[in-house]
Amino acid sequence: MKQTLTEKILARAAGRQTVTPGENIWARINVLLTHDVCGPGTIGIFKREFGEGAKVFDREGVVIIPDHYIHTRDEKAHRNVATLFDFAKEQDLPYFYPPWTNRYRGVCHVALPELGHVRPGETIVGTDSHTCTHGALGAFSTGIGNTDAGFVMGTGKMLVKVPETIRIVLKGKKPDYIAGKDVILRVIGDLGTGGATYCALEFAGPGCAELSIEDRMTICNMAVEAGAKNGIFAADDKALAYVRARTKKPFEPLVGDPDAPVKAEYEYDLSELVPCVARPHCPDRYAPAADCGDVKLDRAYVGSCTGGKIEDFEMAARVLNGRKVAIDTFLVPATVEVAEAIRTHEIDGKTWERIFAEAGCIPVSAPGCAACLGGPVDTFGRTHGNEVVISTTNRNFIGRMGSKTAPIYLASPLTVAASAIEGRIADPRKYL
Amino acid sequence: MSKIRSKVYVAGDNIDTDNIIPAQYLNLVPTIPEEYEKLGSYAMAGLPDDAAPFVDKATSKTPYGILVAGKNFGCGSSREHAPVALGAAGCKAVVAEYYARIFFRNSVATGEVYPFETAEPLVSEFKTGDEAELDTDAHTLTRLSDGKVFPLKDLGAVAPVVEAGGMFAYARKVGMISDK
Repeated sequence: MKQTLTEKILARAAGRQTVTPGENIWARINVLLTHDVCGPGTIGIFKREFGEGAKVFDREGVVIIPDHYIHTRDEKAHRNVATLFDFAKEQDLPYFYPPWTNRYRGVCHVALPELGHVRPGETIVGTDSHTCTHGALGAFSTGIGNTDAGFVMGTGKMLVKVPETIRIVLKGKKPDYIAGKDVILRVIGDLGTGGATYCALEFAGPGCAELSIEDRMTICNMAVEAGAKNGIFAADDKALAYVRARTKKPFEPLVGDPDAPVKAEYEYDLSELVPCVARPHCPDRYAPAADCGDVKLDRAYVGSCTGGKIEDFEMAARVLNGRKVAIDTFLVPATVEVAEAIRTHEIDGKTWERIFAEAGCIPVSAPGCAACLGGPVDTFGRTHGNEVVISTTNRNFIGRMGSKTAPIYLASPLTVAASAIEGRIADPRKYL
Repeated sequence: MSKIRSKVYVAGDNIDTDNIIPAQYLNLVPTIPEEYEKLGSYAMAGLPDDAAPFVDKATSKTPYGILVAGKNFGCGSSREHAPVALGAAGCKAVVAEYYARIFFRNSVATGEVYPFETAEPLVSEFKTGDEAELDTDAHTLTRLSDGKVFPLKDLGAVAPVVEAGGMFAYARKVGMISDK
């Protein structure tokens, strides 16, 4: 029986040869990821169901990366992080990356692969919808709630409905003005926010080789915005090299059958894509950036798990080098590693940090989720009024960045930077 | 429970988890009883300000036991705070055309609200405040003003989990984990 990559990973996790889309299986989970917003509730359920003295299923299988509400004075947010400190100590967890220590990393979905916790062929679940990011490296990875996470924490297993696969075949050469964000916004625009509900969104075809690992992360990150359970790329040599540079743990990649039956297949030629945005208030409201020049902006934002990685800031720096922004421009590196790149990487002999400072951006913030999801009222970059925002983040629902009356346009870092220069939505091609 | 008789609240398509429980309240932990109640008081607080209030400010509970919505209800974040907020407010069931996957799963896993899907769009058949009766065994929603009966879809693969009363109860029932 021919099987897709997702089906093969789930079959192995269930200890079987094959699985069929639609059936429920008990899958063995390699990594459970949680953070400060859902970790305390997950721990609460784990203790309620398995007892105060219960131990987690695998000390090395539980990874805790606080990132959401870190740079805030909110007392409950601090209490929640303290709960994680206590639990990590009690369970003697080696992979806890807490704030206010030199182990702090930042946004969990960028840190998890950086730290070598994402390995091809494995199963990852996390208490965050953007856990689908990690399919970029050939893993099955999906977001879950606290109750399922509490169950996984105690058992290492999860009841999984095997998803049907929708295959996105990429071909053609990717122009330098096209980012991973342009690829996924176009796919979501075509599928709609519910178009891949319950499905695996598999990216295949010769165009995958054109995409960097970070591009693939950006793309898989937003698979959930089309309703998908997981996004996934098969691990090629580029992916294997990325993983092997970050972990000594053994892993066994899997490859799907190219002729496995799928629910639907769509083809995209990367050379034909154009820089684009998603208009308010839904990620599927696709429009070419060039058609939105009449949209005046108040704020630009580069950050988050989908738009705050090293290459995202490199793209922004390329556009902003030697130019000035016309609007408030917020820069939030996802992780400590990204922040270090901003301080040290150079274009034309200038660090990206200097390029951003000379362009008039607001000084680069500490790493974390920041205003991507609004958050406590004192969160850096949070909207409070009617600001019109263009952002590299992943959601533009009403109120997502704080204020219900602040509309959000989603775009690539190239388009966000070009738009910051003009104070209105701009196609970045003229700045490259 | 097999019959839920209540007022209905009607919402549209793509009601996302920020509409259901805005991110600023995610500092509340659902397993802490007073914070569970607090989450209920903020249910649907992220809807635009011109929407009808879902929660009665005086009681911090909702008069609407049934929430009727359109396509892709619960899209966005994986926050379990969303079905928890609805359940804590006193809402018993959501009846939507279809759900975002994680919200559906979280509703089933927690047992906070029934996530029924409709065979046909119902948002134009009801208005906020209408009385209705949901039969969770017969899978029907009845509009009490004229007795019109609308069929609901079968719960499908998750029916055994819903019947057991949530993920842990189901896992104990099938012997995956031992009794407490």
